[in-house]
Amino acid sequence: MISALIIVFREVIEAGLIVGIVLAATTGVPHRSRAVALGVGAGILGACLVAAFAGELANLFQGSGQEFFNASILLLAVAMLTWHNVWMASHGRQMARELKAAGHQVRTGERTLMALGVVVGVAVLREGSEVVLFLYGIAAQGGTTATGMVAGGVLGLAAGAAVSALMYLGLLRIPAGKLFQVTSGLITLLAAGMAAQAVIFLQNGGWLEFFTSTVWDTSWLIKDDSITGRLLHTLVGYSEAPNGAQLLAYGVTIALILVLMRLVNAQSASPKAGHA
Amino acid sequence: MKTLVFALLMVSTPALADAPITVHLKNHRFMPATIKVKANEPAMLVLFNDDDSADEFDSSSLKIEKVVPGHAKGNIRLRALAPGKYPFMGEYHAATAQGMVIAQ
Repeated sequence: MISALIIVFREVIEAGLIVGIVLAATTGVPHRSRAVALGVGAGILGACLVAAFAGELANLFQGSGQEFFNASILLLAVAMLTWHNVWMASHGRQMARELKAAGHQVRTGERTLMALGVVVGVAVLREGSEVVLFLYGIAAQGGTTATGMVAGGVLGLAAGAAVSALMYLGLLRIPAGKLFQVTSGLITLLAAGMAAQAVIFLQNGGWLEFFTSTVWDTSWLIKDDSITGRLLHTLVGYSEAPNGAQLLAYGVTIALILVLMRLVNAQSASPKAGHA
Repeated sequence: MKTLVFALLMVSTPALADAPITVHLKNHRFMPATIKVKANEPAMLVLFNDDDSADEFDSSSLKIEKVVPGHAKGNIRLRALAPGKYPFMGEYHAATAQGMVIAQ
């Protein structure tokens, strides 16, 4: 039961933190619950499909189908997060003004809702398929341990959801004027971490074979397997012993997002200056 | 730029020289549980899951997470490893499914 609790808690929290950031980033945006709910629903459905066809998926690309699939959906999420942030760079101030205004309606934010819905879907799908495979294996065995495992799973789900909700509520305490700046920063790090993780899958699939040596090792400080390590991994892409390609992907993603944000911001600022 | 390309060529790993290493997972235990590989050379593990349920070959030190369904096999690519011990586990049955890659 404890093992089920831990596994489910871990996966739920990894997806839940991403959902929490997305919810904070869409504060005040109309219909955002629908987009997030759609993302979660599609993610759960996708997780069941991935679990059901795990064997078929694994056999694609000379046995590297899983790696290809994981890298692809991670890069899709990186693209969506990048798009959201670039959009925010040109409309963030307007959104903050709308949020401060009465009614808390942030109409501007509706544009990138679907992108963030996709990110939620990808997060739920990745973590969910592991939960489904794990719980299905337990359920298939049957017996009294299965009942305990399911109870553990439910507890893990509740605990993971509670921690994610706490983080979301914490983010909401940030003043409206600063909220979108903070969520943009969080989303940039989230995207960089996902890009670095995608690189790992590409390496494991045999498609990326350069810069594979470890650059530094901080496993003495925070282990990847520890709860802190996992939280940091999800939030900022922490890795106890990153290799060169991982670091390169991380740095390039941050640089790309910042440069795009700056370009778009400069573009949107110049015509406005004429009107003011 | 030239030096960068040169560096890329230098660090890119050569084709696998040795035959894949076969590992079985049965009754949620790895056989063999200790796998020796040559240090600083990539290697390939082929994991046969002989159990009915899926498991995930999981190792943070090897940077590998690979789901292998029941009665299926999975190819696991190990990058060139510095000499040392790299523990791994079957995440869904971590109580028994434990193993270690030793690079030497």
